[in-house]
Amino acid sequence: MAQIYYLPTHEYIKVEGDTGFIGISEYAAKQLGAVTYVDMPEEGDELAAGEEFGAVESRKAASDLFSPVSGEVLEINEALVDDPKLINNAPLDAWIIKVKINDPEELKSLMDEAAYSDFCAKQH
Amino acid sequence: METTIKTTCLHGRHTALGAQMSPFAGYDMPIEYAGLDTEHMAVRTKAGVFDVSHMGEVDIEGNDAQRFVNHIFTGDASAMADGQALYGMMTNENGGVVDDLLVYRKTADSYMLVINAANIDKDIEWIKGHSEGFDVEIADRCADFGQLALQGPDSERILAEVLGIDASALGFYTFTTLPDGTIVSRTGYTGEDGFEIYASPGAIVAMWDKLMDAGIQPCGLGCRDTLRFEAGLPLYGDELAEDITPLEAGLGMFVKLDKPEGFVGSEALKKQKSEGLKRKLVGLELDGGATARHGFEVLDLDGATIGHITTGYNSISVGKNIAMALVDARYGTLGTSLQVKIRRKTVAATVVKKRFYTPNYKK
Repeated sequence: MAQIYYLPTHEYIKVEGDTGFIGISEYAAKQLGAVTYVDMPEEGDELAAGEEFGAVESRKAASDLFSPVSGEVLEINEALVDDPKLINNAPLDAWIIKVKINDPEELKSLMDEAAYSDFCAKQH
Repeated sequence: METTIKTTCLHGRHTALGAQMSPFAGYDMPIEYAGLDTEHMAVRTKAGVFDVSHMGEVDIEGNDAQRFVNHIFTGDASAMADGQALYGMMTNENGGVVDDLLVYRKTADSYMLVINAANIDKDIEWIKGHSEGFDVEIADRCADFGQLALQGPDSERILAEVLGIDASALGFYTFTTLPDGTIVSRTGYTGEDGFEIYASPGAIVAMWDKLMDAGIQPCGLGCRDTLRFEAGLPLYGDELAEDITPLEAGLGMFVKLDKPEGFVGSEALKKQKSEGLKRKLVGLELDGGATARHGFEVLDLDGATIGHITTGYNSISVGKNIAMALVDARYGTLGTSLQVKIRRKTVAATVVKKRFYTPNYKK
């Protein structure tokens, strides 16, 4: 069972070994509404923890994406190019990028599911 | 900064409906109920109702009312008939837009101005500040009125069947005052036929409830923006500002520079017109899927910044990625190839007409 961690900016990272699948939370997807476009980085890009790497757009807003960890972009989710609404249908399955996690220690500064759930409950 | 957020008379109705709420112009307003696209299409194809009670109302009355309105307004108040509404702007001495507004002429010595919520305090100070020497009473009526906008092709029928108001004889940009003081005008901000209704907060809530019981789609500010944008209508703060003139914004048809006594800002606007515009509001059609948002830079093909995006959407009715942009007038010709900087990327764009959607007004 993969561990999931969250940033306060509503990105998740699903961890399987040293690989991370990064996307946006169900809460964020609901707030944005129907996703119209996902701006993704290039495979091979090196991301730093906290670095902006793309954006998710709906009609209402564009929401910048920040990387929960540092690491190389191994893959981008090509399915989102043709069908960005996959993010609304199943946010946790519709990962945006797959990264190689350089330093698992960085995960400790992130919120786990329980902490994130409390965090969302406090957002008005 | 806002320390306390204001609410409209319908706030409790919005939260009970489960609307997504967000601060707008100091008010906690509904952004969407069923979803922006659904609400947008309801207005284009049937009808939808908006709570626009945050808008401001100011009465101008007195012997000099007409002369005073003419002094602060770009339109020609002297050419208005009783029961007519007119769109235009108030401009500052430099010709920049203080606000855009509707002027309702009740009689030659009684007018109602409808102003943007974000500008209410500024506008009232501005209006009062320019009234010296005019025999007028200026009354802030914001708290006395709630406002609904019923918009879409079915609006006339719904107004009659659900609210018992026969507006079939009302022409575009005219209004009628009902015995209880309710004002109904054939106006709107969506590019569709429709009505705006001004009444006491209690009466507005009662009308809203009847419309909900009849199954009329409630619509939030989200689709209000996509609808007005597609129809090429400006929003203060995006296309209009203190440092943007109505001429630059392409609203010259609402600016009567030949009024005998002029108006505040008319000299600056005449000068700008005779010297030629340096900036121009244009429409852009973009390649690719990313949306150009307010403030994004517009570049020429060499990468030099030549303007900025004022509003942009992945358009619902037009099905394209489109935007309005304020650019160096030399780049304003239809068909000009430009670029827009969207985050780290530059996207190709072409200058197109900024009325993306042809309005369906009843003449």
